[in-house]
Amino acid sequence: MFSSHVGILGLTPLARRHRADNNTSMRLTGQTLTGNTLIVLAKLLAGASVRWIDCQPDTCQRVYFANHTSHLDALVLWSSLPLDIRRLTRPVAAKDYWEKGLVRQHIASTFNALLIDRKNIKVHRSPVEQMIREIGDDHSLIVFPEGSRATGEEMGQFKSGLYYLSKKRPDLELVPVFIDNMNRVLPRGEILPVPLLSCITFGAPIWLEAGELKADFLARARESVQRLRDT
Amino acid sequence: MTNALFCTSELLAVSPAINTPTFILFGVVLGVLAGGYVLGLFLGRQPETYINPAIVRSFNARVRAWWLMYAILIAAFILGYHTTLVLFGLVAFWALREFITMTPTRRGDHRALFWVFFIITPMQFVLVGLGRHFYHFYSIVIPVYVSLLVPARIAISGDPKRFLERSAKIQAGLLICVYALSYAPALLNLQLCRVNAQNVKVSWNDNYGLLFYFLLMVQLGDVLTYAWGKLLGQHVIAPAINASRTWEGFIGGVVSTALIGIGFAWATPFSLLEAGCMSAVIAVMGFAGSMTMSAIKRDRGVTDYGTLVQGHAGVLDRIDSICFAAPVFYHLTWTFFTM
Repeated sequence: MFSSHVGILGLTPLARRHRADNNTSMRLTGQTLTGNTLIVLAKLLAGASVRWIDCQPDTCQRVYFANHTSHLDALVLWSSLPLDIRRLTRPVAAKDYWEKGLVRQHIASTFNALLIDRKNIKVHRSPVEQMIREIGDDHSLIVFPEGSRATGEEMGQFKSGLYYLSKKRPDLELVPVFIDNMNRVLPRGEILPVPLLSCITFGAPIWLEAGELKADFLARARESVQRLRDT
Repeated sequence: MTNALFCTSELLAVSPAINTPTFILFGVVLGVLAGGYVLGLFLGRQPETYINPAIVRSFNARVRAWWLMYAILIAAFILGYHTTLVLFGLVAFWALREFITMTPTRRGDHRALFWVFFIITPMQFVLVGLGRHFYHFYSIVIPVYVSLLVPARIAISGDPKRFLERSAKIQAGLLICVYALSYAPALLNLQLCRVNAQNVKVSWNDNYGLLFYFLLMVQLGDVLTYAWGKLLGQHVIAPAINASRTWEGFIGGVVSTALIGIGFAWATPFSLLEAGCMSAVIAVMGFAGSMTMSAIKRDRGVTDYGTLVQGHAGVLDRIDSICFAAPVFYHLTWTFFTM
């Protein structure tokens, strides 16, 4: 039902222009029947306990980047945010998946998901540019920089989108998030969830350092998520 | 479907009632809890040199947990048989959730776990709800049929790694959290009787009172074992399992629970001696439950099952002794105190 929040940041940005067809809607995100139902479902099913470590909930513009093991990750992470932050926060998701069928479209619009075209990438308009344009000066993002859901215990390598995003918007706070146990609630390839208890940990924000190399930054970002596993 | 099931159960069940002695028992416990609350306030105001503030905090936390348990339980009793069953079903579900969360499972166990959570756990409580004539189902389905089903389902998913261990863990979780716990509300199914002064068996239908008495004795056993251990504890039973459980605490807890059980015999179908024996058995089994669950927790390297949840003790930490005592208490009562 909830699916494929493909880590769109995984796509190499290709500079290019293309018409913004998915306008940022200004209504209260998730304050609908569908939104509330999904939030309650996510809370019951995943029973997530939420911890903020060296980081406080804030409405400032942030990019929450997390490990990705389950279809439910984006939903659970999104519903673990306090309401005033949640309605400013947009999960980044794959357009080809979420525009298929009315149900998916409805769910995507409930979350105010930022849908990124990963099939039809034009030279002048990269996903990163689209994100920067659509978040404007007030929205935050949820991204999964591994690119796709990990199958094993180990986190995958981060794709470069996070680097390009923070290079263009160095003011964005990059908040690492570790989602624990969701791979057991709904692992890859399963449809039916098992209601185990999960845990979501928000860590101290990081920024791109001046002159930091892409590979170093991505390794540091990945490390910041991984460190939360043991805290 | 569900309606049909419930109708059948009403025909078959013994329609237990809540009688005056049970209301008196509720009142006594209410008074004790109020006393505990006041004592907690009083202790909290004492200077730290007299009494360890950590003990006061843990005492107050326990009293708060008891208030909550008491209020929920009484509400369920008053709402009736099915509400009580649903309450125990939800508690079992949550306890199993904590148990499996703490237990490493593999990707191949996913489908089996789905069965366990969404089909087997509710089914057990539906079977109990069908009444005492379904005893042969609710006493057998999980230990026999599900014990065969779970490994088979895991085998079909095709992951042989640590196969026996994984099956055993899921089976153990089901047996302790669901099967054993379901014997507590199953007490409501029994057609109880007591022996009167003329040595004749007369019907005794206050099953809620007996269930409450049972839960009360389990909790008392827990707290008295702890208290005696704190007061006199010298010889730790198994330091690697639980450093605060001592032989002195165990013996003191069992004896004092038996004495209090005798004091409450008027709320049960038991004579004084019988009430003492039953309470002692409850205390011993409750102690066994706490030790067993401690062993599992130590193996997993956690202090409480709820640690993952919010840093305080979880549901399973609260009900471990109930789970172990319930089947034994049920069968003893069934053997000696039913028509």
